[in-house]
Amino acid sequence: MEVYLDNSATTQVFPEVAEAMTQIMCLKYGNPSSMHLKGMEAENQIRKAKETLAGILKCTEKEILFTSGGTESDNLALRGVAEAYKRRGKHLITTMIEHPAILQTMKYLEEQGFEVTYLPVDGSGRIRLEDLQAALREDTILVSIMHTNNEVGAQQPIAEAGALIKKYNPEILFHVDAVQGFGKAKVLPKKMNVDLLSVSGHKIHGPKGIGFLYVADKVRLKPILFGGGQQGNLRSGTENVPGIAGMAMAAKKLYDAYDADIDKLTQLKALMIEGLRQIENVQINGLLPEAPNGEGTAPHIVSASFRGVRSEVLLHALEEKGIYVSAGSACSSHKPQPSATLKAMGVEKVLLESTIRFSFSVFTTQEELEYTLSVLRELVPMLRMYTRKR
Amino acid sequence: MFKAFLIKYAEIGVKGKNRHLFEDALVHQIKVAMKRCEGKFYVHKTQGRIFVEAETEFDYDEAVARLKQVFGIWGICPVVYAEDGGFEQLTKDVLDYVDKVYPDKKKTFKVNARRANKNYPKESMEINADLGEAILNAFPEMTVDVHEPDIMLNVEIREKIYIYSEIIPGPGGMPVGTGGKAMLLLSGGIDSPVAGYMIAKRGVKIDATYFHAPPYTSERAKQKVVDLARIVSQYTGPIYLHVINFTDIQLYIHEKCPHEELTIIMRRYMMRIAEQIAKETDCLGLITGESIGQVASQTMASLVCTNEVCELPVYRPLIGFDKQDIVDISEKIGTFETSIQPYEDCCTIFVAKHPVTKPNVKYIRRHEENLSEKIDELVKTALETQELIIVE
Repeated sequence: MEVYLDNSATTQVFPEVAEAMTQIMCLKYGNPSSMHLKGMEAENQIRKAKETLAGILKCTEKEILFTSGGTESDNLALRGVAEAYKRRGKHLITTMIEHPAILQTMKYLEEQGFEVTYLPVDGSGRIRLEDLQAALREDTILVSIMHTNNEVGAQQPIAEAGALIKKYNPEILFHVDAVQGFGKAKVLPKKMNVDLLSVSGHKIHGPKGIGFLYVADKVRLKPILFGGGQQGNLRSGTENVPGIAGMAMAAKKLYDAYDADIDKLTQLKALMIEGLRQIENVQINGLLPEAPNGEGTAPHIVSASFRGVRSEVLLHALEEKGIYVSAGSACSSHKPQPSATLKAMGVEKVLLESTIRFSFSVFTTQEELEYTLSVLRELVPMLRMYTRKR
Repeated sequence: MFKAFLIKYAEIGVKGKNRHLFEDALVHQIKVAMKRCEGKFYVHKTQGRIFVEAETEFDYDEAVARLKQVFGIWGICPVVYAEDGGFEQLTKDVLDYVDKVYPDKKKTFKVNARRANKNYPKESMEINADLGEAILNAFPEMTVDVHEPDIMLNVEIREKIYIYSEIIPGPGGMPVGTGGKAMLLLSGGIDSPVAGYMIAKRGVKIDATYFHAPPYTSERAKQKVVDLARIVSQYTGPIYLHVINFTDIQLYIHEKCPHEELTIIMRRYMMRIAEQIAKETDCLGLITGESIGQVASQTMASLVCTNEVCELPVYRPLIGFDKQDIVDISEKIGTFETSIQPYEDCCTIFVAKHPVTKPNVKYIRRHEENLSEKIDELVKTALETQELIIVE
């Protein structure tokens, strides 16, 4: 049995999305900037995609800017705002548990003379609003907070944070990295006082190499790529038409079935947590203290620490049984560094290297999770027997 | 402008009656190397020389890079060749050569003519003098120095005329295949690929054994070893990589033997298994990347323990090298970047905090007896389930 539980790393493309994209690549392959009919056909694909996405976010079509994915969206949001607003101030705020696309860009901006405040998180992986309140300053120009943490699934209080920021100073811009949240939660930037929002195609059963940035109408951005002046000069480069169409189609499919899917995922998560609790010495990370079954956290991510088992070994042992999971997050697990998120949450040091992330998708079934749990019940005690003796 | 290469070879020149065997092997290795280049080449041996002549358009830099990977080559001389169109034509060709190859003319030179075609109207000494004069007249900045010239301008007169002066150093050594075959114990580290390279350079063909321990080592760790073998195979030709699943043996040792001795006992079984494969595949020795004192299992006392389980000689070309020396070679041959990718290999996963550094071989033998119940069966299974990957 093959069980793919690494959907926070990437997801399977919906077959109908792949098919639609093939059609575009083979038939409607025009350059949207071309003046002829072939070009117009391609442009129409983009227009349709914008309509779809704007409908989901409840924003206007011109507020959608296509990029190559989450990393570019984050880079453009942070660098584009910092460059455009640096005369107003050079202070930025983010959290300690962001994706490297944010943290590394912040590091770059620090080198450029900006000052960055990193908000800590509590034991469940959430920021405290009072910390945010205390960090806001007169020269703050941008706050960037992720919607859903990719390693433990903690969902940040985005709407509350947005209200708080705008109450302090409506001029401060609010960016949200929603790469893990989009498709798994209702994301409505206007209601949440969000000015910029990053989304990636391949986390929502769309293709890789495509994403978008929601940019509220009033925001002035400086581009980071220069060239032919596509997309209102904000993002030069021929639009990835099949990617754009595929991403929008995948998003639509997810939000059309939203209520039923989220219910299902929530149940699956509760089932997984309950099953993991039956194995000795397992700690579930990122749960809210008042909700032991996972309510109030992302419905598709379960982070568990298996005391006495190295996560890399457990990962490969599960792999042998056809189960694909991740040790920490895929982005940080290529380098053997303990996870910054888990550290910031205050997870015990010995557990940092014993943590596995299970992440679900709409394709995940109860049967798959039951199989996974039965394999874990068998493997974990066995692997604990063979460890480095001290 | 260069259309051919003259290959100068290293130690082969001093061989006696079997010299032609070494030359033929070198010609063969060069042919194999040039097949991987763009263009067609005619590789042939005439009167103690090996020539690589381009028959089509080719990429000069690529061709030189390939030749620099062929063991046995001491120097690569890019050659200009011309049809024999009389001495006047030859003078023109030589002046043209000097002008193009040496834009800076403030140099000393010497003409060194060789007349293999004895029907040529001028003798060697005459050619030297006449060409030297022509060069002096054409480029007044140049001067003659017959003892230590900056430019040794060689002109060889055969059916065609060959002009060359530069020598690009080759890797040296002996052509692969002239020295038999040996089995390399290849891990994913820095040392073992270098050890394989060094022995192959002596003309030895290489096969390799890798010990895989899933789930403790990952598929990526195995891929890394295949990648390393592929880099080494650029020099050695195809490598037969035997992958042994070592997990059960390792766990059994872990269960039955003192923990501090785990690595030594494990390595003894690796040597035994590698030797068995070596014997089955006509290898004449084992190769390891060991260097005295580098880690606990490579002290002299530890080497006594791992050495005694083999009958075949164990070649340890890095035995007296410092780590930095090994790193330098691995950078030169292009394995370093791959070697330092951070995947665990099966030697490190269960390693004790304080492994023995001076193991007593008597104790090791006695503790190995704890394994007697199942170990033969486990070794047999490991050999039977080995996977063969042909890397080229």
